[in-house]
Amino acid sequence: MKKSAFLGALTVASIAASAAVAQDASTVDQIKERGKLNCGVTTGLVGFAAPDANGQWNGFDVGVCRAVAAAVLGDANAVEFVPTTGKTRFTALASGEIDMLARNTTWTFSRDVDLKFEFVGVNYYDGQGFMVAKDLGATSAKELDGATVCIQTGTTTELNLADFFRANDMSYEPVPIETNAEAQQQYLAGACDVYTTDASGLAATRATFEDPSAHVLLPEIISKEPLGPLVRHGDNEWGDIVRWTLNALIAAEELGVTSANIGELGASAGANPEINRLLGTEGTLGEMLGLDAEWAKRAIMAGGNYGELFAKNIGEDTPIALARGLNAQWTEGGLLYAPPFR
Amino acid sequence: MYHMTSMTDPHRGQFRLSMLFNDTRYRSLTYQAIAAIVLALAIWYLGNNLLQNLRTAGLNISFGFLGDPAGYDISQRLVEYDSQSSHSRAAIVGILNTLLVSFLACVTATIFGVVAGVLRLSNNWLVSKLMSVYVEIFRNIPVLIWIIIIFTIMTAVMPAPRAFRGDTPEATMLLDMFAFTNRGVYTPGPYFTSPFFANPFLNWVLVLAVLAGSLFATRRVAHWATGVQEQSGVRPTTWYFTLGLWVVPVGLLLLVMGLAWEIPELKGFNFKGGIKVGGALIALWFALSIYTGAFIAENVRAGIQAISKGQTEAAGALGLRPRRTMNLVVLPQALRVIIPPLISHYLNITKNSSLAIAVGYADVTATLGGITLNQTGRAIECVLLLMAFYLTISLLISVGMNFYNKSVKLKER
Repeated sequence: MKKSAFLGALTVASIAASAAVAQDASTVDQIKERGKLNCGVTTGLVGFAAPDANGQWNGFDVGVCRAVAAAVLGDANAVEFVPTTGKTRFTALASGEIDMLARNTTWTFSRDVDLKFEFVGVNYYDGQGFMVAKDLGATSAKELDGATVCIQTGTTTELNLADFFRANDMSYEPVPIETNAEAQQQYLAGACDVYTTDASGLAATRATFEDPSAHVLLPEIISKEPLGPLVRHGDNEWGDIVRWTLNALIAAEELGVTSANIGELGASAGANPEINRLLGTEGTLGEMLGLDAEWAKRAIMAGGNYGELFAKNIGEDTPIALARGLNAQWTEGGLLYAPPFR
Repeated sequence: MYHMTSMTDPHRGQFRLSMLFNDTRYRSLTYQAIAAIVLALAIWYLGNNLLQNLRTAGLNISFGFLGDPAGYDISQRLVEYDSQSSHSRAAIVGILNTLLVSFLACVTATIFGVVAGVLRLSNNWLVSKLMSVYVEIFRNIPVLIWIIIIFTIMTAVMPAPRAFRGDTPEATMLLDMFAFTNRGVYTPGPYFTSPFFANPFLNWVLVLAVLAGSLFATRRVAHWATGVQEQSGVRPTTWYFTLGLWVVPVGLLLLVMGLAWEIPELKGFNFKGGIKVGGALIALWFALSIYTGAFIAENVRAGIQAISKGQTEAAGALGLRPRRTMNLVVLPQALRVIIPPLISHYLNITKNSSLAIAVGYADVTATLGGITLNQTGRAIECVLLLMAFYLTISLLISVGMNFYNKSVKLKER
């Protein structure tokens, strides 16, 4: 009895000690040693991150995870997808359970500064919207006084919602929900009149309804929601890798590098020096990141450039049918603007 | 030959350090001391590790966030609260919601448990088997599943408020006063019209005070009746005194205060006015009581069966009817066996109420441990506060119930 208590204490102490050691090694080394990238995603939001019938994770955010895995490990499938809820995501990242978080997470001041995270960029410019049943007859969010609103807890949308109703001197009843799937069920059962979250999430959710046309998104977008992948503070080398992998995907679209022509473009140095630097046929950008020369090439080949990822997962030809809008390249009137590769 | 003497006469031997391990008188103490030291070191190491890791990550432990505006809304609030109130206020709203559902569930679980436990011993085959089925089904499925099942059924089966709209609505209000919707049950709510009684809180305190007075008066009447019975052998009829003492004073007070009822009415998206008992509260309350009730039923059965059959037979020989035998002879003695495990069931209800977030009920785990934790990122602080809260409440329940247990346990003189 006493012996087992003693051994138990020893075990606990040694586990704690190993955890402390693990914190010291750099994130890239840990990933390489593990042979897998631990990437935090949603528990399931079609188009952004959801497992298909075969258990394969697919989606726009999943694409970012796969690109990073391809850049670091050379294998787009070497990703362990960790489903996180709005509540668990930050703890999972801060504790080191996941290496990066790509989960429709809004870049805010306090998350960046106070929670000690590092947003590496924006992969989707979004805003909070409202979805209601068409037969309710509402045409504007300003008509929602007294409504019952389903809302995912632990999100910025919760705070925006409170601000919006207060600013417009309206009342509402919040129904806090843990996951998108539960919210969908409650909304369809009529337990709430309105479902509010990022407009992209609403579109994705509506696409899975039996009759999507019976529900409308109201025109008001009540907030700025720049969604992007994030990592922990303090390991800047790892932050750089994730940031520039995302930038590589965006720059590739701007430069016309697609998964179709990348083999040809990356085979030898071509006429465009920036493409050459990006794909590693010129310069030493990969080495500066601590990776090999073809890191970006692999990242782009994993699922295509930003435009291809968008079109395949959430674009206008998919059931989610999101227009590029703000998420077009800066040359097309959008906000996507990758810094130069030099 | 000194050595030999010490072998034959161990008591006179001097204390040596090796005896800490070799001598059975000291050995167990030694091991206990070592285990305690190692445990203390391990806890110190883990705590220190935590603080050091926090420091390297640039984080600190601070409770300053509790004073900041919470920024989110809560639908069920027993005290005044809006999105501009502080995080600590949100925590209080959550605490009150936790206490409310725990209290309600403790009361109903006890009723379910006692009824099911007594009926399980019934001579009626059907009744006793039905109760066995109830106990076995409900206690063998996790309470979280019950909460979700009940909530899902409620939202799916009950009509949405918009079904009450239109000239030929799909759903109508019961007696034009009660509305059963998938968002909750709306009932008429009392309010006071008299201008002299404008503060609702004080009014209710007044009502409670009058009820307490009635309780005291009825106790006196019962005491007097017992006195008469002991002297004359005949108990005077007192029920109309008691009824009058309960009804008349409170009725007069409510009349003076101008009691009126506000009927819920469909306005816009929802019913307005009256009292709303939210669907989440109902589901959580019902699930907790029916689940824990199954356990309490088993306690009650065990308690009753612990009372020797001779007691029942003796009561029967004295001419007591079975119902009075149960109430006057068996249950009072069975309480001694029932109460101690009942304490832990009450504790379980309080702790299980933290599953509330599954149905969106804003208990303290959902406000302080959920939304506040997320919005501020102060995970360690919030969890520490939650632990302190549940520990305090559990200990208070324990103390209260142990006090009650002392009063009913066998008095040995």
